[in-house]
Amino acid sequence: MIIYGVAILAFSYLTGQLCGEYLGEFLGVKANVGGVGFAMIILLLCKEWLQKKGWLDVEFEKGVDFWNKMYIPVIIAMSASQNVKVAVSSGFLAVLVGMVPVVAAFFTLPYLIKLSQK
Amino acid sequence: MEIFENFIDKNGLIVGFMVIGVLAFLSEVFSKKVLKGYLPGSAIAILAGLILAYFGGIITNGEKGLSDLPFLKGVGTFGGSMFRDFTIVATAMGASYLTMKKAGWLGLVSLLFGIVFFFVFGVALAWIWGIRDAASLCTIGAGSCTYIVGPVTGAALGASSDVIALSIAIGVLKAILVTILTPLLAKRVGLNNPAAAMAFGGLMGTNSGVSAGLAATDPALVPYGAVTATFYTGLGCLLCPSLFYLILGWVL
Repeated sequence: MIIYGVAILAFSYLTGQLCGEYLGEFLGVKANVGGVGFAMIILLLCKEWLQKKGWLDVEFEKGVDFWNKMYIPVIIAMSASQNVKVAVSSGFLAVLVGMVPVVAAFFTLPYLIKLSQK
Repeated sequence: MEIFENFIDKNGLIVGFMVIGVLAFLSEVFSKKVLKGYLPGSAIAILAGLILAYFGGIITNGEKGLSDLPFLKGVGTFGGSMFRDFTIVATAMGASYLTMKKAGWLGLVSLLFGIVFFFVFGVALAWIWGIRDAASLCTIGAGSCTYIVGPVTGAALGASSDVIALSIAIGVLKAILVTILTPLLAKRVGLNNPAAAMAFGGLMGTNSGVSAGLAATDPALVPYGAVTATFYTGLGCLLCPSLFYLILGWVL
């Protein structure tokens, strides 16, 4: 059943996000620390475990795959609800600090990657 | 008219599905017919979303772009952090745990490097601009990490509200620029494999920018970028108002 896939995804999401909330609380930070990352790892472990048990079927995967494919539409909706007006009308300092480091970071990336190949 | 308004209000999320579907379709057509595939349809759609968000902000004077228009409220729900994180987690299904583990330390290094890099850069530019008090400098540096780290740091250090607003604007600008530049620069900077995506996620850190930029570049890379970027905001909120602020005070 498709709902099993969705439910496992929901379980991973909720458990991971909750871990992130508690980790944030523990570190004394007013933010979720790594919730999505924990959720992803939980989902991957669930998947492996189900595979071993032989319970992973096509229907199940369809339940997760639907949300996987909804990712880009969600991102489009997210872009459409950003506060773009404030961003482009906040003066030159905002533009400077918002843009220069990003461009610089892009050109640092190849060196970071090279570092990993050594 | 009232019946129609109530109807749209009740079914906001469904309206959002339809509107985004239409926007995605038009972008796909534009990408194929006008640009001959030079930029993928998803990149055009994301860009179009940003432009529409700008006009939404101008029309309504609100903070949530297009979704501040009453009949498009559902777009905001659809593009909110719940759906965003839920679908990002779903992308992990196609990722390899082994690859993530193997590139884990590179992700960690780039995460720490990324936070320090953006913070130092932001502080330096604000310093050159003539800002001298440590709390404002620290808030602006935090803003160049993400638009959440900025206000959290500013609130913790008691920065003035205009500096906090500035730090949010800086963070949003960063997210937008990462979104636009990623598909354009991906090839040139070697962003074409899972390990590189993990380094990229850690270096840039802005969740919305990284996820949107990678989606427009190669959807297969999304889970790898997201798995490191998700730690960035939290770590930034941890380091900026504490360790970085102390170091900054000591340097000044």
